[in-house]
Amino acid sequence: MSFLTYLINGISLGSIYAIIALGYTMVYGIARMLNFAHGDIIMVGAFAVFTAVSTLGMPPFIGLIAAIAICTALGLTIEFVAYRPLRGATSLAVLITAIGVSYLLQNLALLIFGSNTRQFTSIVTLPNLKLAGGKMTVSSVTIVTIVCCIVIMIALTSFINHTKTGQAMLAVSEDRGAATLMGINVNRTIAVTFAIGSALAAVAGALLCSMYPSLTPYTGSMPGIKAFTAAVFGGIGSIPGALIGGLILGVVENLSKAYISSQLSDAIVFSLLIIILLVRPTGILGKKIQEKV
Amino acid sequence: MKKLISVGLAAAMAFSLTACGGGSTSETTAAATTAAAAEAAKDDAAEATAEGGVLKIGVIGPYTGAAAEYGLGVRNAAELAANEINAAGGIGDGIMIELNAQDDEHDPQKSVNAYNTLKDWGAQMIIGSVTSAPCIAVAAETKADNMFQITPSGSAVECVANDNAFRVCFADPDQGRVAAEYIGSHELAQKVGIIYDSSTDYSTGIREAFVNEAANQNFEIVAEEAFTADTATDFSVQIDKMREAGAELVFLPFYYTEASIVLKQAADREYAPIFFGVDGMDGILGVENFDTSLAEGVMLLTPFSATDENSKDFTDAYVAAYGSTPNQFAADAYDAVYAIKAAVEKAGVTPDMSVSDICEAMKTAMTEITIDGLTGSGMTWNAAGEPNKEPKAAMIVDGAYVMQ
Amino acid sequence: MEKKKERMRCAVTYAMVILFYIIAEGLIMTGHISSLMKGLLVPVCYYAILAVSLNLTVGILGELSLGHAGFMCIGAFSGAFFTQCTENAIPSVGLRFFLALVIGSALAGLFGLLIGIPVLRLKGDYLAIVTLAFGEIIKNLINVLYVGMDSAGFHFSTKDTTSLKLAEGGKVIIKGAQGITGTPRAATFTVGIILLLITLVIVLNLIYSRAGRAIMAIRDNRIAAESIGIDVTKFKLLAFSISAALAGTAGVLYGHSLSTLAATSKTFGYNMSIMILVYVVLGGLGNIRGSLISAAILTVLPELLRGFEDYRMLIYSLVLILLMLFNSSPKAVEFRGMLIERIRRAKKPAKEET
Repeated sequence: MSFLTYLINGISLGSIYAIIALGYTMVYGIARMLNFAHGDIIMVGAFAVFTAVSTLGMPPFIGLIAAIAICTALGLTIEFVAYRPLRGATSLAVLITAIGVSYLLQNLALLIFGSNTRQFTSIVTLPNLKLAGGKMTVSSVTIVTIVCCIVIMIALTSFINHTKTGQAMLAVSEDRGAATLMGINVNRTIAVTFAIGSALAAVAGALLCSMYPSLTPYTGSMPGIKAFTAAVFGGIGSIPGALIGGLILGVVENLSKAYISSQLSDAIVFSLLIIILLVRPTGILGKKIQEKV
Repeated sequence: MKKLISVGLAAAMAFSLTACGGGSTSETTAAATTAAAAEAAKDDAAEATAEGGVLKIGVIGPYTGAAAEYGLGVRNAAELAANEINAAGGIGDGIMIELNAQDDEHDPQKSVNAYNTLKDWGAQMIIGSVTSAPCIAVAAETKADNMFQITPSGSAVECVANDNAFRVCFADPDQGRVAAEYIGSHELAQKVGIIYDSSTDYSTGIREAFVNEAANQNFEIVAEEAFTADTATDFSVQIDKMREAGAELVFLPFYYTEASIVLKQAADREYAPIFFGVDGMDGILGVENFDTSLAEGVMLLTPFSATDENSKDFTDAYVAAYGSTPNQFAADAYDAVYAIKAAVEKAGVTPDMSVSDICEAMKTAMTEITIDGLTGSGMTWNAAGEPNKEPKAAMIVDGAYVMQ
Repeated sequence: MEKKKERMRCAVTYAMVILFYIIAEGLIMTGHISSLMKGLLVPVCYYAILAVSLNLTVGILGELSLGHAGFMCIGAFSGAFFTQCTENAIPSVGLRFFLALVIGSALAGLFGLLIGIPVLRLKGDYLAIVTLAFGEIIKNLINVLYVGMDSAGFHFSTKDTTSLKLAEGGKVIIKGAQGITGTPRAATFTVGIILLLITLVIVLNLIYSRAGRAIMAIRDNRIAAESIGIDVTKFKLLAFSISAALAGTAGVLYGHSLSTLAATSKTFGYNMSIMILVYVVLGGLGNIRGSLISAAILTVLPELLRGFEDYRMLIYSLVLILLMLFNSSPKAVEFRGMLIERIRRAKKPAKEET
């Protein structure tokens, strides 16, 4: 019975990693850059929800919408100001700029909101679920998170496969040059990707803080790194890969904490990552890279 | 083109050389003087009436980064205490306090940089560093310069290993031992579980002393689970493990930041043992938007309580000035400034003495003073730099501490 | 001709470091240097070594590594460990420090080799994530490691100091999350500069040697390099393990410059790895002199910003973004080119006149 509890908690942790990993993987797939500031957009999203719900007293749902709007705008602004001028520069230059943006967001949040920890009020107000005659309690946040993750995955996949913008995104990720020749506006497509990634970050921020309810300007950075790992796990650039990578990471992290060592769970997760990459050098669902002379 | 790049590089090189070598000296002093000027402007009243001279005290702590919460508490409270003392006529015969706070980002190397900056500014004694590892690094520097150092919250044993260093908080092992004794002697539980942070020396130090003392007590440790700074968001597994082992009391030797998540997640899982914290738990009621009903019945050993009658004036003044409830770090820093005041008065230290002379005088005076501070009444220090005060157990009832 | 130019370029780099040393020493002797700057001299040395060594991996070999701090960590801990446990056996601090440097570098190099063998098969960002994972594993392991020493030898534990079961008079050397405390601070500026010069000799000689050309050929086009008979694995491993060993050297220097050594994400985690990467990218990939300059500037910059108090780190991050945009944005590069062209044109007639 306890195994099941650990598993469910692992899946819900993994679902959050997966939603965050989506942001990394989409941006990587389309703009070929590691957006290290993604974790901090999560933090901004969580602060937006917090301010709307706990300070201004709005209902959680409106708060979430506001956070999505703010994060989308922020993502677009960052893309326009910091990343677009670097299009055509080396990917490392963009990576360092992203790190700069990450520092900037953290320090801005520190100045605006202060360093004090805040307790985040859960946006999920449903009662807990009791299973097996009350022997097992699954919190409602856990279930909502898992459901959210599934819905987002389905919506995103059908968006990419069935809309013109989605197809344009696919085209840009396949071959940017050819996409331009086909009349696809690459800049616009990349901007849309950033908008979607940032909107997902807002959702992830709200869910993350509902489940692990402490909020500081540094809340986003570690989940961000973990989710980045998850994205690579699954094969960066692949949407189902982000889901699988996130889930594996969450479940392995929780089970190794439960059954092996709670001190070394990170070492175990990262060792597994190394092993998987050695066996499958481009992640679980990653595409094989064609090498040309 | 290549030539041009190298010309550009040469220019950059020249710039870097001046930046690192000669030019920077004036630049830093300029920066330091602006900082000092800003400080002076803040305390300009103090400056104007300084008859007994000005005592320059440097404060080191993390004001940015993940530990900023602790450092800012110290900085604010030290400022508050200094302003109070200055407004009341200063130390002794009107010695005014001038503070300069420098950020160390909770990094030992940056902490040494902060110390050197303060030395350039003319600091005569140091309050800091706030966190243990940086504190140990700075202690080696103050020892070399023979500068008096008092750390509000550096709790690792090594922080005050040198004779010029003192602390206000408890040493880690003491807290663990006292916690185990308290649980044992009050027969709070038979089965005890521990969750601790294996990536901080604070938590591991307390845990180890607790486990060692538990062997002499009439309770049994049934489960021990750790987490690290990188996994400090999710405690569901640790909580489930505690429940599985049937722990009636869970010992939480870490800070309230993480403790607030543990309480929330335990409540979500409908697990309600007695939670027992140490001084790091203090501040949990001050967490913004914290549902205090979650902390109902939580016990902690704390020398300070923001809601206590003794600390009411301090808490009010702090809230008025900085808009948040002071935590344990703030209280320790406030006491540190008053301890300095008492020792300076005792030793007859004047600001025109050399740093080393001040240190020698303070070293003796610190062991002779007794102060009634926020974190303990009748506090005294021994020559090893350790404070002599008893932690008090408190229970949270209706969102406030009730001393036991 | 080309050879001469290369030699010239190396000479300028060495001269720059030596000049820096002379100026700094001169300032120290005449007392014209602030304590802050004096305190920063050793950090500048180890960050410069780190930047140069990472540039070997990222700029010359062309592989992104996000775990450089892991090698630094190995060097720092093994070096400090050695210094601490031979305290009685070797009384001379200088000799112990020298041996610690050798051991720390060798061990870090060995780890570089061991990790390099399987990992260098991966490409680009996958390699980056594996190195990042490696750095985190090292940090995580050191945080739970307790090592003590008594007359019976070494005792290990992953739990706490009590379970080491040390005999009377035993000493705990590595204390879990608290790490190693009380290492003698043997790292001086002179030692730092000597190590930096050694690093430069190793790296510059490697770059301009046959092996260096092979390594750069692999970076530019692996398949072409392979087809002309270059042993890709061998040269990759060579560059990677040298880079790791040098990071280990910097680590030993770091470990002996502070009285405390703990593996936190700030000191040896990905934060540190990324900071070193920032030095390398800002200094220019493959540009060793650039790495030196940017490491020095970026180490000193946050300290110079202390006057801005709470806005310090905010300004630092803005400066970082703007520098990147100015340095790497194609439009900015074009604009800079135009500007330089104009200055050159303005200068030429002036030269003719004189």
